[in-house]
Amino acid sequence: MAMVEIRFHGRGGQGAVIAGKILACALFKEGKWVQSFPMFGVERRGAPVTAFTRFDEEKIFVRSNIYEPDHVVVLDQTLIQAANVTNGLKAGGCVLVNSPQAPHHFSTLDRYAVAVVDASRIALEHRLGSRSAPIVNTAILGGFARATGLVSIDAVVAAIVEEVPVHPEANASAARAAFEATAIAVDCGLVRAVGTT
Amino acid sequence: MRKVIMGNHAASHAVRLARAQVIAAYPITPQTQIVEELSEMCASGQLAAKFLKVESEHSAMASIIAASSTGVRTFTATSSQGLALMHELLHWASGARLPLVMVNVNRALAAGWNIWTEQTDSLAQRDTGWCQLYVEDNQEVLDTVLQAYRVAEQIALPVMVCYDAFILSHTYEPVDIPDQDRVDAFLPVFSPTRLLDPLNPCSFSALVQPEHYMEMRYRIQQSMDEAIGVFRTAGEELHRHFGRRYGNLETVATDDAEVVLVTAASMTGPARLAVRKLRAEGVPIGLLKVRLFRPFPTAEVRAALAGKKKAIIVDRNISFGKGGIFADEIRAAMSNVDERPKIFGYVAGLGGRDITPAFLEAIAREALEKEDPPELEMKL
Repeated sequence: MAMVEIRFHGRGGQGAVIAGKILACALFKEGKWVQSFPMFGVERRGAPVTAFTRFDEEKIFVRSNIYEPDHVVVLDQTLIQAANVTNGLKAGGCVLVNSPQAPHHFSTLDRYAVAVVDASRIALEHRLGSRSAPIVNTAILGGFARATGLVSIDAVVAAIVEEVPVHPEANASAARAAFEATAIAVDCGLVRAVGTT
Repeated sequence: MRKVIMGNHAASHAVRLARAQVIAAYPITPQTQIVEELSEMCASGQLAAKFLKVESEHSAMASIIAASSTGVRTFTATSSQGLALMHELLHWASGARLPLVMVNVNRALAAGWNIWTEQTDSLAQRDTGWCQLYVEDNQEVLDTVLQAYRVAEQIALPVMVCYDAFILSHTYEPVDIPDQDRVDAFLPVFSPTRLLDPLNPCSFSALVQPEHYMEMRYRIQQSMDEAIGVFRTAGEELHRHFGRRYGNLETVATDDAEVVLVTAASMTGPARLAVRKLRAEGVPIGLLKVRLFRPFPTAEVRAALAGKKKAIIVDRNISFGKGGIFADEIRAAMSNVDERPKIFGYVAGLGGRDITPAFLEAIAREALEKEDPPELEMKL
């Protein structure tokens, strides 16, 4: 498999950077070479944040930002327009959105496979963050495992337990709940390829 | 144990494994996480070091100069404005022959205010008597800090390990964190030959008259010359202990190359990809990574570049009014070589501007086509 590049869009405080890191740790557990980094800059609570994760079978030498991601993860649906989340997204890529709405609601994204999971609700059910600021970064990774099949939910859960210092079990449960609750409008292509549907 | 960690924490682990005894630091982005992690290691008892919170980088350097004078292993880390503030004491540290180890996370200098990467901050300290290494990835960060302690204590000169802001400092990737006993075998306990000791009172660095001062400088220069071989040996020892090889330089596909792309630090990764692509097209190009900058490994650079048609040097730094600093060093190193390449110097990526494989490939193609090098090509 060629190198896969994933871009995360969130708002400061949601944990997009940590989501990218935990995903990298999960993929590393599955034997991949990984690289994860934030869009380099000054993070402020509530402001748009971008983070990146790459993985490959071999050591990764590229070190620039990801301009043409294979998949995009959106932790806050208000960013879909505000941050132009599909900018550079490769054809056939998956857009995973944290939203209470159904996938067909995001018809503007119809060039891509859309997957939706209500990570905010799941986070709150697991007492992660507050109603005004749920911490959705672990739940969304359960959705990522389900939507793309690129990583197993077991590896995601193991990485969460290792990497999350506070309430690791609640975060792991949130990821499992999100894995079950993710709705996919069009298969992300890769799902069938790796046979995890 | 292999773990996915950021470059800054690779540095922290190296300092822990080196069993540093006194750490003094003042926070500055993008370095802060190094000493933040070290302070936690000290608080939890993982590292038996005295952690000094100080009021400035100048004080951090003064503190480890004092601590090192008593014969203990020390550490500090800084960046950019913080390193500039230390400047006066950097000269003192080398003059006093103290084996300090410092990480400088390369960050552009103000004004305008910028927290992103560029190497002008540490390269501006090249004449302070510190050894300097520029490293490519997070594993090399950890390994080079260990190498730095070993060499510094052998030659009695301070060593600065430099790596790029954010591109390494804040990027997570797999790093092998060796066990303590393996590091202990590589890095012996520091046994200073001279130290401040109340039982054996003496004073250091008092007024030195003209009849002695130049001899002191002569010996620093001698030690720097000797350090080239000491770094090479320590790199071989790293390979013997940990299985990872680090020379003062690294060459890729240079044997049959007519043209050589020269890089330092993190842009070497994308440069490997650019060279691989050009090679696949049949372009006779190789890559030279310069890892040790002070002392400058002149003989090794000459051996790598003699007989080549062109050397294309990409600098993420600038000496205003002259150009890229690595290009200038290489020009000087090659000046007495008969079969020397034309030197193409480019300045790129200042203040954190992205350097992609395609960008380096384009620079290489341009230099391949041009007959004569530009005096200075700034790639905006």
